[in-house]
Amino acid sequence: MDPTFLLGQVFNGLSVGSIYILAALGLALSFGLMRVINMAHGEIVMLGGYIAFLTIKLVPGPLGIPAAIVAALIGGGLLGALLETTLVSRLADRPLDTLLATWGVSLIVQQAARDLFGATGVSVTAPAWLDGAINVGPLSLPLARLFILLVAALALGGLAVLLKTSRIGLLVRAANQDRATASAMGVSVRQVDMFVFALGSGVAGVAGVVLALLGPVTPTAGQSYIVTAFLVVILGGLGSIVGSAIAALMIGIVSAMAQVFVDASFAQVVTLVFVIIFLQFRPQGVIAVRSRALDD
Amino acid sequence: MVMGVKAGRLVAVLLMGAALVACQKKEEGPAAAAAGETVKVGVLHSLSGTMAISEVTVKNSTQMAIDEINAAGGVMGKKIEAIVEDGASDPSIFAQKAAKLTDGDKVVTVFGGWTSASRKAMLPVFEKAKNLLWYPVQFEGNECSPNIMYSGAQPNQQMLPALAWAKEKGFKTYFLVGSDYVFPRTANLIARKHIEGGGMKVVGEEYQALGGTEFSGVIAKIKAAKPEFVLNTLNGDSNVAFFKQMAAAGLTPDKVPIMSLSIAEEEALSMGPALVKGSYASWNYFETLDSPENAKFIEAYRAKFGADKVTSDPMVHGYVDVYIWKAAVEKAKSFDPAAVRAAAVTLESIPTPLGAVKFMANNSLVQTGYIGQLDAAGKFKVIWTSPAPIEPEPYDPVTFPGKTCTIS
Repeated sequence: MDPTFLLGQVFNGLSVGSIYILAALGLALSFGLMRVINMAHGEIVMLGGYIAFLTIKLVPGPLGIPAAIVAALIGGGLLGALLETTLVSRLADRPLDTLLATWGVSLIVQQAARDLFGATGVSVTAPAWLDGAINVGPLSLPLARLFILLVAALALGGLAVLLKTSRIGLLVRAANQDRATASAMGVSVRQVDMFVFALGSGVAGVAGVVLALLGPVTPTAGQSYIVTAFLVVILGGLGSIVGSAIAALMIGIVSAMAQVFVDASFAQVVTLVFVIIFLQFRPQGVIAVRSRALDD
Repeated sequence: MVMGVKAGRLVAVLLMGAALVACQKKEEGPAAAAAGETVKVGVLHSLSGTMAISEVTVKNSTQMAIDEINAAGGVMGKKIEAIVEDGASDPSIFAQKAAKLTDGDKVVTVFGGWTSASRKAMLPVFEKAKNLLWYPVQFEGNECSPNIMYSGAQPNQQMLPALAWAKEKGFKTYFLVGSDYVFPRTANLIARKHIEGGGMKVVGEEYQALGGTEFSGVIAKIKAAKPEFVLNTLNGDSNVAFFKQMAAAGLTPDKVPIMSLSIAEEEALSMGPALVKGSYASWNYFETLDSPENAKFIEAYRAKFGADKVTSDPMVHGYVDVYIWKAAVEKAKSFDPAAVRAAAVTLESIPTPLGAVKFMANNSLVQTGYIGQLDAAGKFKVIWTSPAPIEPEPYDPVTFPGKTCTIS
């Protein structure tokens, strides 16, 4: 087997994994803290793509994509906060209803995007500094994919710093470990919920921006990633950020390695079989989270 | 109150009577719809989902043909009433909506479909209802139903001209990339037979799920195989991801020639012409064809839908289908689907934006093949034209020997 091709596939696997990290982080956050399954998460990813499209229209040139990332982080966060206050928080004790309600929201948002921007999708062109590739030995690594790896690493790192060192991070961890006690100690768990949901949605918006560099921006763009994102959250150990990151990279690598032997379409089957077998032997996922929220 | 009850009974009896009449009407089948001042036809395309990018335009051109015919007096003195349904890019919804149109609305015929999966899902519905579907898109052949008029290209009218041209240009090694469903799988089966039969080589064949957007593995294989020519049968939005990621990997169309079988003017424009500039396509129509019929069609389309709109092969097939249906109805002097089908395959050639076309007894269209290359503005420059209109072959004799399409 051609070693260059194999090495390239390792890189491709990491690259695909980094996209899954960005798409799944928000889900892992909201599930870990609130046990909410947000079916509209993919639509926030999709709206991130449209935010990129609009920002690049306003800020053409090299700064377009960084501006779009900031805009999508804020825009996605605001949308998440809106969704949390108007819907999710009101269904807090009814997880199955949340699932249905957010699914309804996802259909509404998709149709709204179709009516606003048209069914045919829009195109986001990567700026010149993301065109081309870096040659490392025999490998040629596309700059757009390296950039996405960097964004995913920054998102993970930023999240870690925020949760470990900041005051709001402390409150989030407190609410995560024991909601009732945290609440009794004066932590406003309602505000913590909203903050976490908004943060997760902001990251989803950023995922939408980087996806626009690689693929189409259409009303259904979020759907192709949402299933894998759920898979990542389950494989990672429900609610664990580190577990989700490892799971995303695992899925990326398995699917890239499977493509050494079978075609891209069949590689998805191989990946799903891998996830099923993995969960057979380790049903709690990569990292088991001990949380009161998950005990009952 | 007593009066009220009586009146209620009377209404109920009347309603039952009306229902009985309605039931009787049902038995008469599709021709019953033609009894009024108008005649109902169905238009069934994906107005949402991954295929909407392509199918909305065919719906538009089909609607335009219907409006033009209505403005000129209709068909056999009746106005056409189009019932538009959304197949939502989902074959099972296409089947449901087809049944709704044929059994519920009692339309006399349906214009629609794009993906082969949607056509395969609709086929049993039309055969059971003894209705007629006019299918406007190039496809993989290997199918032959008396209830479908296949106006889009058969493989020997699109795929084989593309390969014949590539061979003429001296390309020796081919890489086949497609979406994972019936058209690319069958088209590539035929392509492989003809490439290998012509003394050339297939150095790779890859499929991505329909709507899939991750091509890093496929592109790594293309880089490793170093083909001289890529034959692309990806469908819908996947093309945007494929060309973007090819460009990011340094494989732009000027470095590796790409021939796409599902990218027409509309797709090129919405993908961004810069992305697909220099790539090739094989169709039976390009917007840049020079004929009075085409000029008239483009002018009418732009007047109706906007000056910035483009026209493409499947759109023109959708438009032409309505006119051939009208001609066939007038020849048969009936809206009955079987009579219309029999009349359609015996019509003489008529001039259309595609050039002169006519249906053959195998329910497919005799039409000219063209190869075009995309320029920076998203327009195709026609670089090759088949020497004569090509007769359709539903079953490729090399790949499916001994199979023929005979419809009596």
